[in-house]
Amino acid sequence: MTAPAPARDTAKVRRTSEDAAPALHRTDDSAITTIKRGFALSPEFAKGLWLTLLLAVAATGGKIVVPMAVQQIIDNGITTGGRPDMGFIGSAVALCAVLLAVTTLCSFLMNVRLYRATESGLATLRRKAFRHVHDLSVLTQNSERKGALVSRVTADVDQISTFMQWGGLLLIVAGGQLALSTVLMAVYSWQLTIVVWLCFIPLLFGVRWLQKLLSRAYLKVRENTGDMLGAIGETVMGAAVIRAHATEERTARRIDTTVLATRAAQVKAQRLSIAVSPVSEVVAALATAAVIIIGVLLGVAGEITPGRLVAFLFLVTLFIGPMMMATEIFNEAQNAIAGWRRVLSVLDTVPDIADPGEAGRDLPRGPVSVRFDGVGYAYPGGPPVLSGISEEIAPGSNVAVVGETGSGKTTFVKLLTRLMDPTEGRVLLDGVDLREVAFSSLRTRVVMVPQEGFLFDSSLGDNIRFARPEASDPELWQAVTELGLGDWLNGLAHGLDTPVGQRGESLSAGERQLVALVRAYVADPDLLVLDEATSAVDPATEVRIQRALDHLTRGRTSVTIAHRLSTAEAADEVLVFDDGRVAQRGTHAALVAVPGVYADLHSSWVRSSA
Amino acid sequence: MPKAAGDAPEDPRIFRRGIGVLWLALRTEWRMSLLAVAGATVFGAVAVLTSNVIGYLTDHVILPAFRADETTAAAMWLVFALVMGTGLLKAVGLGARRYFAGLVQFRMQARYRRAVARKYLQLPLSWHHRHPTGQLLSNANADVEASWAPLAPLPMAIGSAFMLVFAAVAMLVTDTVVALVGFVVFPLLAVVNVMFQRLVSPVATRAQALRAQVSEVAHESFDGALVVKSLGREDTETERFTVAAHRLRDAQIQVGRLRGLFDPLMETLPNLGILAVLLVGAWRLSTGAIEAGELVQIAYLFTLLAMPIRSFGWLLGDLPRTVVGWNRVQAVLRSDGVMDYGTGTLDGSGGVRLSASGVSFSYADSHREDDPADSADPADPGAAAVADAGSGRDLADRDDSAELRRNVVLRDIGFDLEPGRTVALVGPTGSGKSTLTTLLMRLVDPETGTVRYDGTDLRELGHAAIANAAALVPQGTFVFEDTVRDNVALGADIGDDQVWAALRLARADSFIAALPDALDTRLGERGTTLSGGQRQRLALARAIVRRPRLLILDDATSAVDPQVEAQILAGLRETDLAATVVVVAYRRATIELADEVLYLENGVISDRGTHLELLARSPGYERLVTAYEKAAEERAARGDRLPGDDLDPADDTGIDDTIQEARR
Repeated sequence: MTAPAPARDTAKVRRTSEDAAPALHRTDDSAITTIKRGFALSPEFAKGLWLTLLLAVAATGGKIVVPMAVQQIIDNGITTGGRPDMGFIGSAVALCAVLLAVTTLCSFLMNVRLYRATESGLATLRRKAFRHVHDLSVLTQNSERKGALVSRVTADVDQISTFMQWGGLLLIVAGGQLALSTVLMAVYSWQLTIVVWLCFIPLLFGVRWLQKLLSRAYLKVRENTGDMLGAIGETVMGAAVIRAHATEERTARRIDTTVLATRAAQVKAQRLSIAVSPVSEVVAALATAAVIIIGVLLGVAGEITPGRLVAFLFLVTLFIGPMMMATEIFNEAQNAIAGWRRVLSVLDTVPDIADPGEAGRDLPRGPVSVRFDGVGYAYPGGPPVLSGISEEIAPGSNVAVVGETGSGKTTFVKLLTRLMDPTEGRVLLDGVDLREVAFSSLRTRVVMVPQEGFLFDSSLGDNIRFARPEASDPELWQAVTELGLGDWLNGLAHGLDTPVGQRGESLSAGERQLVALVRAYVADPDLLVLDEATSAVDPATEVRIQRALDHLTRGRTSVTIAHRLSTAEAADEVLVFDDGRVAQRGTHAALVAVPGVYADLHSSWVRSSA
Repeated sequence: MPKAAGDAPEDPRIFRRGIGVLWLALRTEWRMSLLAVAGATVFGAVAVLTSNVIGYLTDHVILPAFRADETTAAAMWLVFALVMGTGLLKAVGLGARRYFAGLVQFRMQARYRRAVARKYLQLPLSWHHRHPTGQLLSNANADVEASWAPLAPLPMAIGSAFMLVFAAVAMLVTDTVVALVGFVVFPLLAVVNVMFQRLVSPVATRAQALRAQVSEVAHESFDGALVVKSLGREDTETERFTVAAHRLRDAQIQVGRLRGLFDPLMETLPNLGILAVLLVGAWRLSTGAIEAGELVQIAYLFTLLAMPIRSFGWLLGDLPRTVVGWNRVQAVLRSDGVMDYGTGTLDGSGGVRLSASGVSFSYADSHREDDPADSADPADPGAAAVADAGSGRDLADRDDSAELRRNVVLRDIGFDLEPGRTVALVGPTGSGKSTLTTLLMRLVDPETGTVRYDGTDLRELGHAAIANAAALVPQGTFVFEDTVRDNVALGADIGDDQVWAALRLARADSFIAALPDALDTRLGERGTTLSGGQRQRLALARAIVRRPRLLILDDATSAVDPQVEAQILAGLRETDLAATVVVVAYRRATIELADEVLYLENGVISDRGTHLELLARSPGYERLVTAYEKAAEERAARGDRLPGDDLDPADDTGIDDTIQEARR
């Protein structure tokens, strides 16, 4: 049960995540601002709130009126001496029953409205946060573990619902009760009402001060929960590695660390949050004692009758209940605010690769020309990985990009597809700076197939259709056939209906790449970018695809990263990267004839493949 | 009150299960629970006492003072001492109850989160392939949380049960008739509760499953963010997520409607009881059967009951969620298919003698086990919940095969490899090579047949024995969010020099040395800060550093440049590892390094021999291995003809038309 001290490690995470990747923003708004912003994000919360409030007031009224009526019945109907007044009691009881029914109905309606408003608002909040995550750049997305990112649209949002449905509701009720009982108390004795409030005002200040500590404590709980889900997610996604190396025990310990850290944070937060109620109990006792003592003194001075004092004492209990409830709800609110802050942190993170949107320009259809104009790139806090790239790619040409691992090939295509923006210079498509091209245009004109073809857990056909949802099955078959993959698809027992499993893992890595390739082809881009998209495919199939692509990319521009140089041999032109620069450029025939990086790469390729 | 509810014709599957779950928590954390209940009891007792104190003070201090028109300091001190004394006691009771109740809750949460995560670690890969990551995260988080949610109000409910008994006895003693009239409320409460549990259970079950689905969609979508982005599908993905979020919303609103009715009813019924007591009491009073004071006391005791009944209401209101969450957690904990490892050890040194005989394997199609539509059957909600809870949940493992389409991947694989040999596993994409490598490591068990190391069936070997003897470098590398050192050593006691040696052998030393903190550099999730080739080399180092006697490389250098790969392979042969090596490869140079080749086609070993032998006699193999050469030759022969002109004319006709059509 002992948690291995993670202090050193976590300190390290913080440091690197701050100065390396463009991590998520840390929203630090005040509680009030956070709630205001939360309400603004989910207009459903406020919509029709006045009617809900009205119902709450009615429900609250009933809660006070019924016990008071009971008191009246006892005072006037039973303890008056002599025979009980059955007529009075009967009608009073009937009235109370009606009141109870109305109160219950109001409570019910209020609850229904509150649940509907809250759940609708939270669904909206989830949607907005989800959408924003997708708007963030790849770098930002990768700065947080997937599990932790998921917690921002699930667990963190759930945290708000508890407050909105329980706390929020009770807070309204408590507020109404407090107001009503204050008025009633004042009717009986304004002096004693002041006494009561004087006892509670310091408590309210104390609660305010505690909120600050609590808000930090709850945020820590949320962060730890995010870490925990991240760690568990890693266990699930790294399942194969963990089993292959029998590191279950170690992984379990890593999870334990995060689970226990979450527990410790919860305990710490609750220590603060529960401190309030015992203190309010003591304050309540103080108020009661003060009312009796001062009440007696007032009575002795002839300012108040004994009946009024006793009635006032009853009213004080009606005041104390909601007061204690309210202080507690303020604590619960901190929990919700912590959740809100985490969601707001996502929404406040400005996408560093922003869509120019409406103002953006559309690229006309047709083969794209590419120009890199003095482009350089360095990862945040890192050395430059690309520098001084000034190259042009003619429309309709078929360019291969080669170079050793780490020479900057992948960065080059990430800049080309605007997954990242260059840190210097600019990238132009058809003469337009990529940063000015609307995403709606960019993402349909330019499609990249990354090395690891991610598939969604549905059928193979659905995955291809991801690029063009309206495509029919025959169209998909046609695309597959055009790429020379008809035999492969025919060989699968269920063809397009083949389920691909989680992340496509029911298929082999090579097959996943084939699906990703077909998917990109179906998207019908004008600039097709392949980042070692066939690295796990067998040579015969690859050659077949290559041939098909040569034919099919006529009329489009294509840029292909390949370490299998057969691709380069077939390309119109080859860009050779070396150490972040373009070292050579030319046709395969020209490059292979002169000594240099390409000739070296090629001879080693020939050695390995022939 | 719990007794009354328990005696009613309950739906045992919901109410009893819920109580059972809470009882488990109380038993597990009995010390903390006792303290919490003690706190609640003190609080309840003092709460009753407080009204007596006020009554006493009214009679002995307030009224006399008014009568005498004067009071004494001593009397005032008495008021202060008594009121503050009870206040402090209440504070202590309250604090203790909440603190310890919280501890019980958090401890149970942590306990089950660890249990669930450990189970994830034990369950086989096939199980993981069937369960979306997002759902598993939801099981570990939202479902565990739901299971233990009522632990917070529980001690209060138990504590107030004492209050309830005390008040009930006091009422019965005062006047049986009036008390019994008041007690009519209890069966009513029980009925309301039963109705609530019945109605809300199916909806809550559905809501919790939908909660998992929201998590699922989010996880998958974020996981595939690159694809979503590069195809510009953010809108449709948001739409997909919104559909899931809205289904959850609707289910939650449905739960809220029931809960929103239940809560006020639980508050109202005791009030109705008071009215009944007043009415009947007044009649009894008029007949002279009781005294006015007695009636007032009963009425007062009844108002005291309202609070405990409300706390029971909260508890019962949370109960369906508990059962649902617990069922979902149990479904994970009771999943079958945990790999049982033997106890056997391997003492040999040098390469492993690897053999397989009659090995077959097929994948069950991915089966959605958590579709809320399944559990939303309104006709028999209980049955769904029970089916959910039982171990029968792992349907894919046991369900009738008629419903499950199985894809046969490997058939009757048999071979015997001499220790220290290097064998290349060659075959077209999708021929079953990767699956075979996972069988050789016992990441999955074959359906039929056996895999043996040094003649011992893998199923008889301990987990550590297998992991120590063999290392697999899978095709897709997973990099943990951790330092480079930990990613290589994976927690094993391995010195830095050994880590560096492994990195050197994997040709990963230079780029690791160039990282800002070298071995101490933290790598991002899924190793995104490294390129594909770099990740593969890191994974290779991870395997080499363990000095395995059997090294299985599943196309593990596909993203590595050819010359680097050649260096790596040469390095491997030069070491003193003397390991048996199974290498899935496409590159001819890699294959040529092997002593022999197993050629796999459509899940069977169609040929075995040296590279040259296969080249000569296996047309499929020959086609595969010489594809690049042939392509180059063809290109050379074509000279300056346009690429693609040599396509089969049948394919060629109308392709441009179809492209145009597809574009439209």
